[in-house]
Amino acid sequence: MPVIELLQYDFMRRALVAGLLVGLAAPVVGIFLVQRRLALIGDGMGHVALAGVAAGVLTGAAPVWTALVAAVGGAIAIELIRARGRTSGDIALAVLFYGGIAGGVVLISLSPTGTPANLNAYLFGAITTTSRADLVTFAVLAGVVLVTSLLLARRLFAVSNDPEYARAVGLPVLSLNLLLAVLTAVTVVVSMRVVGLLLISALMILPNAIAQLLCHSFRASLLAAVATGVVVSVAGISTSFYANTPSGGTIVLFAIGVFVLAALGAAVRDMVARRRHAAAEVHHAHEHGAGCGHDAVAHDDHVDYLHEGHRHAQHVGHYDEH
Amino acid sequence: MTDPTPEPVIALRGVSIGYTDRAVVHDVDLVVQRGEVVAVLGANGSGKTTLVRGLLGLARILTGEVELLGRPVGARGRSRWHGARIGYVPQRHTVGGTVASTVREVVSSGRLPRLGRVGWMREADRAAVTAAIDAVDLTPWADVDIADLSGGQQRRALIARALASEPEVLIMDEPTAGVDQASQQALARSVARLVELGVTLLIVTHEVGPLAGVVTRAVVVTEGRIAYDGPLKDSMIGAPDGAHDHHVHDPAGGARRPWLRPTIGGR
Repeated sequence: MPVIELLQYDFMRRALVAGLLVGLAAPVVGIFLVQRRLALIGDGMGHVALAGVAAGVLTGAAPVWTALVAAVGGAIAIELIRARGRTSGDIALAVLFYGGIAGGVVLISLSPTGTPANLNAYLFGAITTTSRADLVTFAVLAGVVLVTSLLLARRLFAVSNDPEYARAVGLPVLSLNLLLAVLTAVTVVVSMRVVGLLLISALMILPNAIAQLLCHSFRASLLAAVATGVVVSVAGISTSFYANTPSGGTIVLFAIGVFVLAALGAAVRDMVARRRHAAAEVHHAHEHGAGCGHDAVAHDDHVDYLHEGHRHAQHVGHYDEH
Repeated sequence: MTDPTPEPVIALRGVSIGYTDRAVVHDVDLVVQRGEVVAVLGANGSGKTTLVRGLLGLARILTGEVELLGRPVGARGRSRWHGARIGYVPQRHTVGGTVASTVREVVSSGRLPRLGRVGWMREADRAAVTAAIDAVDLTPWADVDIADLSGGQQRRALIARALASEPEVLIMDEPTAGVDQASQQALARSVARLVELGVTLLIVTHEVGPLAGVVTRAVVVTEGRIAYDGPLKDSMIGAPDGAHDHHVHDPAGGARRPWLRPTIGGR
């Protein structure tokens, strides 16, 4: 097993643990972002985090922490702007994103030792330079993200699924949205060493895109996304060691490969299902049910209704001929 | 259908409601007793939706007093106490979208205001969700992706979501709009069952149509004020007049009934 062979190297062990943490946490946050149609917001936070990294390099503070401060601040600003205005929100977000990148580049140039090249490790990931201290930080942050989002999963689901309804039943919608934004920011910072700030959204979004091709419930989608996130992270990091490629890009290419396979698989599945499946009248206006006037026939695991000489069985939003 | 001893569940006194400081609904007095089934009728832009959105905490109460189930409602936000007891079925043609979710998962989110701090579902909560799905005849589809259901079935899933918290009052916004004939019948069956259970209903609608049998009272809103409050008249049930209803003319009984819309072919 090549992965087991990798475990003899300290730096690869740390890299794999970091990848595992990101693979677990990123899709969990990502599913709510996908549900809210905010798939690209992680990228915006990545831009803001870059300014934080640069500030860290300039002041000599730990870049992880300055990036965390910047990303969380940016996340709160983004969410408040979104909650406030409707028309200007989009543009305000753009200002924040560009400001992050521009600020990062300028701040790093002010540092006596810094050149924009110092940012490369953060832009594209530098997982093998992860120190033991980094790893502890990432583990704590990823743990906080996972526990918080799973504990509040029901509420985050309700707010992302239908914010207006959530408000009507008395859920604190703005607080929950702010919380999700902060969780996203934390995930961005945890992921930046693994996949890099430019590819941050990939691990939040792609595993969910894959799960959406295969699953028909939220719970299954979440589990499938997390499993995919873990698998592509570990596979990508292992491959990057042997192929001597950057870990971030390799992980993302793995994820895209899985996405293409899943899309093909889903297409084949749908084609087979369509062949085997005879739908009743396209416009079946009547809805069968107890006392609907048609005779019901219990048939193994389902009920057929006798309808003008043929049998109708319920199937996802329509009736099949049986 | 009214209780022998009247018990107001909705009480508005001199209420103005709007989204900004500007009122859309002016100086409304309205008392609804437990067990009533009230149809709130009016044209597009008449303020009927704003009126109920004010009750739901989705629009701002600018002046006056609102009491729901005997408790005053603040100017901003809504408590979980009210959230659990006053169900809301929004006007929406479809649910779900980018992430798959089953009928049961969506309906379960309606149970949230009854859950404890941590939000665990107990046995009783699961039972309430199952009962709510059953009440709208969606049991065979409970574990199906809601996006795969027909529009009428999705609408009933939203009713089930509101029922999951076992509300005493149910506010429905245009439950029949855009729903085909067959689904309207299924919908009417579900509503009749709620009436039997003693749920107080406030139904905002263009046309009473299939729900005429259960409605006990009609409130007509015109230009942000209550223009009529009394028994449902035959003329309100929804004879198609083909008119588009952006303007309201003589709603108290003119030949045109612009607050009513044809059942089919609208929107």
